[in-house]
Amino acid sequence: MPDSVLRVENLRTYFFTYAGIVKAVDGISLDVNKGETLGVVGESGSGKTVTAQSILRIVPSPGRIVDGTIEFEGKNLLKLSEQQMQRIRGKEIAYVFQDPTTTLDPVYKVGDQLSEVIMRHHNISKKDALAKATDLLRNVEIPDPEIRINQYPHELSGGTKQRIAIARALSCDPTLILADEPTTALDVTIQAQILDLLKELKNRLNLSMVLITHDMGIVADVCDRVTVLYAGQVCETGTVEQVFEEPKHPYTEALLTSVPSLALRKEKLSVIPGNVPNLIQPPSGCRFHPRCAYAQQICIDKVPEFEPIGDGRWVHCHRWKELDLKSPVAS
Amino acid sequence: MEIKDLTKHFPVYERGIILKRRLGDVHAVDQVSFDIQEGETFGLVGESGCGKTTLARCLLYLEIPTSGSIFFNGKNITQIFKRGNRSQVLALRRQMQYIFQNPYSSLDPRMTVADIIMEPFEVHRHIPHAQWLDRMYELLRMVGLEDYHAERYPHEFSGGQRQRICIARALAVDPKFIAADEPVASLDVSVRAQILNLLRDLQQKLGLTYLYISHDLSTVRHICHRVAVMYLGKIVELADTEELFEHPLHPYTVALMSAIPIPDPKHKTHRIILPGEVPSAINPPPACRFHPRCPRRIDICSKVEPPLIEVRPGHWLACYNPWPSKQVAS
Repeated sequence: MPDSVLRVENLRTYFFTYAGIVKAVDGISLDVNKGETLGVVGESGSGKTVTAQSILRIVPSPGRIVDGTIEFEGKNLLKLSEQQMQRIRGKEIAYVFQDPTTTLDPVYKVGDQLSEVIMRHHNISKKDALAKATDLLRNVEIPDPEIRINQYPHELSGGTKQRIAIARALSCDPTLILADEPTTALDVTIQAQILDLLKELKNRLNLSMVLITHDMGIVADVCDRVTVLYAGQVCETGTVEQVFEEPKHPYTEALLTSVPSLALRKEKLSVIPGNVPNLIQPPSGCRFHPRCAYAQQICIDKVPEFEPIGDGRWVHCHRWKELDLKSPVAS
Repeated sequence: MEIKDLTKHFPVYERGIILKRRLGDVHAVDQVSFDIQEGETFGLVGESGCGKTTLARCLLYLEIPTSGSIFFNGKNITQIFKRGNRSQVLALRRQMQYIFQNPYSSLDPRMTVADIIMEPFEVHRHIPHAQWLDRMYELLRMVGLEDYHAERYPHEFSGGQRQRICIARALAVDPKFIAADEPVASLDVSVRAQILNLLRDLQQKLGLTYLYISHDLSTVRHICHRVAVMYLGKIVELADTEELFEHPLHPYTVALMSAIPIPDPKHKTHRIILPGEVPSAINPPPACRFHPRCPRRIDICSKVEPPLIEVRPGHWLACYNPWPSKQVAS
């Protein structure tokens, strides 16, 4: 294993609701290497966000991590005390949230919000912290940082707010950034700016990043490796080239062929039938079987193993060996 | 349908102690003209705040246009909505329907699916009461739902199913024209394809005309016949889908296309990053509204507004210095 920064193994996070136990994350394993961007793709309800929240142990009630290990630089985060955890949050592992309009506090100035994080983790004066905050804003290519620092979030546009959220995540030189759909709330031209910024920062600062998204295009553009999630479980893991050119799990194939694309025009889109399953009573066996075009009796009866298939790839499917899956990218 | 010089301004007020002071207007839609042919899907693309939704709402008179006129089958509908009696207005409403962006907020949570779909019957009384139930079930099946769904409430459905209910409701009055405002934007990717295919099948079966609004160029390419690109209340380029995607001419269109990530790791995009953000529509930049962000601006761009002219058969463009050749990400 080359310098693994983060290793999540067999993570299970359940939500104990009145309606029943929602198995939002049910046995997810993934790892992130030094200087690498791991894409985590999946639809809503597939457990992407809960996985990220579990890593920082900020799963909202009634959710609870019930099983698994989360190893960050050799420490098992699930064994740490809350106090030790607080020293990791924001400093070692930083989080960029989906919606920049709700993650910045509307009653504090931008500079105060940035310096708060810096002063929390470093023993420096407010003045120095503000100076550092100005540098950070310049770092994320915000024009006129001296002016911005004295503004309130409502005076800024969505793209600028997301840049500030990124600056806040970078403020303590973290090892790992968890970016939860950082561009979903933005327009495409602004999304292009932010993706470019993330790529550039990652290369310049040698960051490791987990990029959560539902857009296969963003994965292909930004990530080195990708983990595909479905209904709280991993479908497959591999490098971006491997997964896009030779998908081994039927869900990945379906995801690649059902998304309309600028480059690949088709008369009729192929369709994944049905809906995302209910996670209180997930389907038996392989969770994708009710919607899978290749499902057989074994898929209904038995839960597939999450097995390594060489080249660092893992697949969660009974039939990966016999299936000849096609990717629209390869042709 | 033909739209001529349609304009919609929203006044912005500052509230004083006694009087309101008018600060200015949001130029949501400014002097827009185009036509939609029968049986086609006309795409309207642009970023948030460019006036797509306002334009569509004006077409159906959900917003009252500030000026300009809209002709539907040769009739000036702005006149009918303004002066016509109730039966004339209802007759028009039966021909034009709207599918809203968010199927979570456009269905009344306290009505069953049957009530939702039959409400148009009650308002319009265009079919006899005895046929209401049959027609309702027919509509449900047409959009791919089952008969037993009729008794349920919206909260029991997923996003894709709700959007199907919205489509069934729009179809309840046998419209000829449907404005679909980002119908798949709030749905999961695996469900989007289902709804897009449904819209296309219905069009073929019922001969519908669509106005399809989206910020997502890839779905537009998939279902539209012609596409107009909007920027800050203006149409900057309009062409057949293939023509637009193969030979985009306006720098904004080119930038918009290059900004979309392509799901292929080998694909190297020459991404054109536009500097800055969409300016305020209260004080839009003078002349060409795109010029402060445009990579190809020349002197005249900030002085005289470029007219929308036909540069090739069926390809309309408002730009002085269009993108040279085909070097785009498609």
